[in-house]
Amino acid sequence: MKLLLSIHNLKKNYHTKQGEIKAVEHFSYDMKEGEFVSIVGPSGCGKSTILSILCGLDKKSSGKIIKRENLKIGYMLQQDGLFPWRTILENCYIGLELQNDLTNENKEYVKSLLETYGLKEFMNAYPSSLSGGMRQRVALIRTLATKPDLLLLDEPFSALDAHTRLVVCDDVWNIIKKEHKSAIMVTHDVEEAISCSDQVIVLTERPASIKQIYPIQLTDKTSPIHNRSCKEFSSYYNQIWKDIDFHV
Amino acid sequence: MYSEEHKLYLKKQIIYKWIIIGIQLFFILLFLFLWQILSEKEIINPFIFSSPKRVLETIVKLHKNQTLYNHIGITVYETLISFGIGTILGYFIASILWWWRSLYDIFDPFLTVLNSLPKVALGPIIIIWAGAGINSIILMALFISVIITIIHIYQGFKEVDLIKIRLMKSLGASKFQLYSKLMIPATFPNFISTLKVNISLTLIGVIMGEFLVSKEGIGYLIMYGSQVFNLNLVITGIFLLGIVAAIMYYFVCFIEKRLIKND
Repeated sequence: MKLLLSIHNLKKNYHTKQGEIKAVEHFSYDMKEGEFVSIVGPSGCGKSTILSILCGLDKKSSGKIIKRENLKIGYMLQQDGLFPWRTILENCYIGLELQNDLTNENKEYVKSLLETYGLKEFMNAYPSSLSGGMRQRVALIRTLATKPDLLLLDEPFSALDAHTRLVVCDDVWNIIKKEHKSAIMVTHDVEEAISCSDQVIVLTERPASIKQIYPIQLTDKTSPIHNRSCKEFSSYYNQIWKDIDFHV
Repeated sequence: MYSEEHKLYLKKQIIYKWIIIGIQLFFILLFLFLWQILSEKEIINPFIFSSPKRVLETIVKLHKNQTLYNHIGITVYETLISFGIGTILGYFIASILWWWRSLYDIFDPFLTVLNSLPKVALGPIIIIWAGAGINSIILMALFISVIITIIHIYQGFKEVDLIKIRLMKSLGASKFQLYSKLMIPATFPNFISTLKVNISLTLIGVIMGEFLVSKEGIGYLIMYGSQVFNLNLVITGIFLLGIVAAIMYYFVCFIEKRLIKND
């Protein structure tokens, strides 16, 4: 498979008045097309920083990031960030508007996405009338509207309650696979990581570097909810849990 | 169709609303009645405290010699002009301060000083600069409203959800797009509340200006009345001012209701 993204020796320091914080150090990873990668690690270890750098919101301190030519990146956050003054449809158009790419063809594409993923009847509604799970799906469609090749998901389901979380995670995963996208997901939920991913990267405490990479091989691997009942699931879970080494 | 229970609930709501209005009316009438009676029986001095009847007579007199609408009109005119200029100028300056963050850091202490300075102290200078006329009054009102507009609007910009800003940036928004597609709509409710503050502040400024220098306007009416010791005129002026202020405030509220939708 072709290489999508190659990160070499990424390093990031934050500077504040109080001092310097080493967030990421020696982070290297080669990502293939079509892969779903999760990054897990102790909380506050700098997981999100890696995504911010990849999508250009933060500058790296040093290291190399080589992207495939014309690689388009979409970023999705924990909070949906929907604009309350725009309808669902207008919210999904925002990326296209900003890139001056709001052609009829693209509009039709967005509408078809909304229709496919069960939001057609809410197209002209305002975000306040949608449930948390639906809003998160809208946020994903807004991200997909600009046709990115790689999706960066920053704890995308953390704001949802436990039950909705499972369902929306399954939905989003299916959408991503169906649209043939690659994705990097940051999460603190180990089960979520195993059930979605092809690869799980475990990070160390800050400064974050790679502790271990687990290629997830499950028998009868299908969608996240089903994957949770695969027989290898719990052994992966135990290994990763030990690796993260949570202490309260 | 609604159930009987729900109908009853709605009915109760309406009844409650009318009871409130009724009590409010009662208090107004009681106040006017007591004022009239006490004044008529000379329990309070009618010369100093006037009376509802005398106020009404003064209004009729002003109406008959054609000056009533002129006074009201000139005050409203001055207020609207200052309000318009103040709002636009304040919004513009706040936008510039947002665009160039370092400008805000430079001017922040100056703004704070100007904001806490009692603007009426500038009165004498303004009269000398702008002449004894309507320009001075408008300038006075501008000074009062523009600083607070800048501070309010800028505060609104600063409070825009960081998540939304990050989102816009991740989608490749330029600074102008960030301003026009996020900052302006996101701060719209804040803008309307600024208008509400501003309309009252501008009116204060205009009346202050009219106290200092004027030949017409409600402020002039009050000032003139006190100088010739015609308390009927003073109280009539205050009464008219109250009505003008209320109408202007409700006008902004009306705009707010029309423009703000969904949330």
